Amino acid sequence: MSLATLLVLADGRLPSGGHAHSGGLEAAVAAGRVREVRDVGGFLRGRLQTTGFVSAAFAASACARTGAFMDLDRGLDARTPSPALRRASRAQGRALVRAGRAMWALPDVGREPHHPVALGVLAAAAGLGPLEAAVAAAHGAVSGPASAAVRLLGLDPYAVHSLLAGLAPEIDRIAADAAARADDPVDALPAAGAPLLDIGAELHATWEVRLFAS
Amino acid sequence: MHPELHEHGPDEVPHTHPDPGVDPHTPLHPGPRALRIGIGGPVGSGKTALVAALCRALGAELRLAVVTNDIYTTEDADFLLRNGVLPADRIRAVETGCCPHTAIRDDISANLDAVEDLEATLGPLDLVLVESGGDNLTATFSKGLIDQQIFVVDVAGGDKVPRKGGPGVTTADLLVINKTDLAPLVGADLSVMDRDARARRGELPTVFLSLVGDKAATPVADWIRALVAARVPAA
Amino acid sequence: MRAGARIVAEADGRGGTRLAVLRGESPLLLRRTGPRTGGDVTVHLVGGAAGPLRGDDLRLDLEAGPGARLTVRSVAAQLALPGRPGAPASRLEIRAVVAAGATVRWLPEPLIAAAGCDHRAVTRVEVEAGGAVLWRDDLVCGRHDEPSGDVHTDLIIRYAGSTLHRHELAVGPRAPGWSGAAVLGGARAVGSLVLAGPDLPEAALLGGDAALMTLAGPGMLATAVGQDIRQVRAALDPLCVERQRLPAPA
Ligand SMILES: Nc1nc2c(ncn2[C@@H]2O[C@H](COP(=O)(O)OP(=O)(O)OP(=O)(O)O)[C@@H](O)[C@H]2O)c(=O)[nH]1
Ligand SMILES: [Mg+2]
Repeated sequence: MSLATLLVLADGRLPSGGHAHSGGLEAAVAAGRVREVRDVGGFLRGRLQTTGFVSAAFAASACARTGAFMDLDRGLDARTPSPALRRASRAQGRALVRAGRAMWALPDVGREPHHPVALGVLAAAAGLGPLEAAVAAAHGAVSGPASAAVRLLGLDPYAVHSLLAGLAPEIDRIAADAAARADDPVDALPAAGAPLLDIGAELHATWEVRLFAS
Repeated sequence: MHPELHEHGPDEVPHTHPDPGVDPHTPLHPGPRALRIGIGGPVGSGKTALVAALCRALGAELRLAVVTNDIYTTEDADFLLRNGVLPADRIRAVETGCCPHTAIRDDISANLDAVEDLEATLGPLDLVLVESGGDNLTATFSKGLIDQQIFVVDVAGGDKVPRKGGPGVTTADLLVINKTDLAPLVGADLSVMDRDARARRGELPTVFLSLVGDKAATPVADWIRALVAARVPAA
Repeated sequence: MRAGARIVAEADGRGGTRLAVLRGESPLLLRRTGPRTGGDVTVHLVGGAAGPLRGDDLRLDLEAGPGARLTVRSVAAQLALPGRPGAPASRLEIRAVVAAGATVRWLPEPLIAAAGCDHRAVTRVEVEAGGAVLWRDDLVCGRHDEPSGDVHTDLIIRYAGSTLHRHELAVGPRAPGWSGAAVLGGARAVGSLVLAGPDLPEAALLGGDAALMTLAGPGMLATAVGQDIRQVRAALDPLCVERQRLPAPA
């Protein structure tokens, strides 16, 4: 396993569309639930344990069995009740596949797979394993919204990054958990939901003026 | 990364690379893809007004579509719709997460998806105009996204803009100095702007424009016509 | 305490539904309620004791045969309590099988996670093509002025052989971030309603923190988050009522 390859895959500067998504943070800010660094911390922790865990498990699983990408994709559909979030995940999956194709030879993963499925398949094509795929997914689930928080609220970037550093051990634990379940049947994979992320995404999709795609 | 360009060490993990013969951006349609022109420039310089003028001028002779990158999602797209210069299915708005320049330069994926979707739903196109959100003088388009770029500045900020330079002014394939009708009002000297632009840009063309006076943006439309003609061999 | 209960509803061949099996034991006691006329049979869980408590292992099986129409409610909220320290988590497992042309409506009172509880609710619903369910679960995080106990809900609804909706929710001190702005945002009540089958309503925002969303498969999910259970009811109850008024399929 190449650590440097993992860094390439998990880098926020990877041109895969992530910069335009706030991971639900823009909606939470508008609802008045996130105002300061503390609130961002609570948001990120909850997102990591829910969406982050599910993404990590599906990325690990897609990495371990790239041929099962369609079943895994349907599994994520069943775990994503919000149509706006399904669209956002598929848009990011498509963008990630585009970036991946330029870097590695990808097997078939469909035109617009869910983002975690795309991530797992890319990881496999890059010679990485399920644990690395899971780390990249769990880390991405919080680093994106953290950067959106800096942009939306003008928060101190050092303070926000210290939140990410504080979450690192939890990211590792979640990724290890996710990777340990990579071979489970799709129905048995984690399904931790976050009601406010679903509801917020549906509200957000109706706004006339918004800065982020989701 | 291409196989012929690097060597694998004996202890390297097994991995794969794309076939260097396959362009990862292969268009969905066989045949030539549309000419893509980026239109960038500072806030309010007249990018959307130029896009609207070009749609009016070229809409009848070219199959065209527009992608907008606004700070506020759909503002520019809405303007184009309200003004009826193009049907709604020919306009896509891309969200840019507070950073229009990221979406046109560093991470162009959402724009590429939008262009591809337009070509997939509308069939082959001759021209796609990609308008950037208003940004600063350093914002330029990635060559992975567009073929040629136009940078639009206006005279309203005074005649110093070309002298200040910046990648937009210096390297754009066409520099448009817009709102010349306002020059007397703000005391901008067009000949100074012309001289500075030449100094910065060498052989690259610069045109002066007033969209109030020239609703068809004639010099810009002609420049585009020439590009399209040069690209598609006359049948 | 271990206990099981079972309901089997069948079409009676005259446009109505009869209960072929209605068997319960404390604390899962069952009563047939409501009018004996009309196509629909209603059963209430009448509850034998406060609970579940740590160590309890409860199971409820529901089955609706082709064309049967079954509604299950409860007379009072379920109050998950701490029970004996060190005992394993309490557990309520519900399994439902819904045949083609059958409708099951699960409309219980809320589950309340009392401080110190440790409870797991596992629900597996299997609906054949052409069957319908209305599946409601409300959760209140702690009684008045007390912190929430630990509750983990785990739901799978399958329709026509594919998983339609798969959802877990964890609240309480062992669930990091559950009260953060991504999950419940400090709210104390959350409710969900899954509609599966034919004749689905349009997606809608339900006001406040509530939305009715179109699932990827043939179903919808309404989710509501509120400061208290009244806000959740205000968003979700109307959907349950409307559904009730739908005419029986011919
Ligand atoms: N006087 C004058 N006004 C113009 C001209 N061109 C555009 N405008 C006006 O300038 C204003 C801004 O024009 P837009 O086309 O919206 O500018 P933009 O560059 O798209 O702005 P952003 O997308 O917000 O960065 C509008 O009120 C236009 O009507 C011109 O040639 N002369
Ligand atoms: Mg504009």
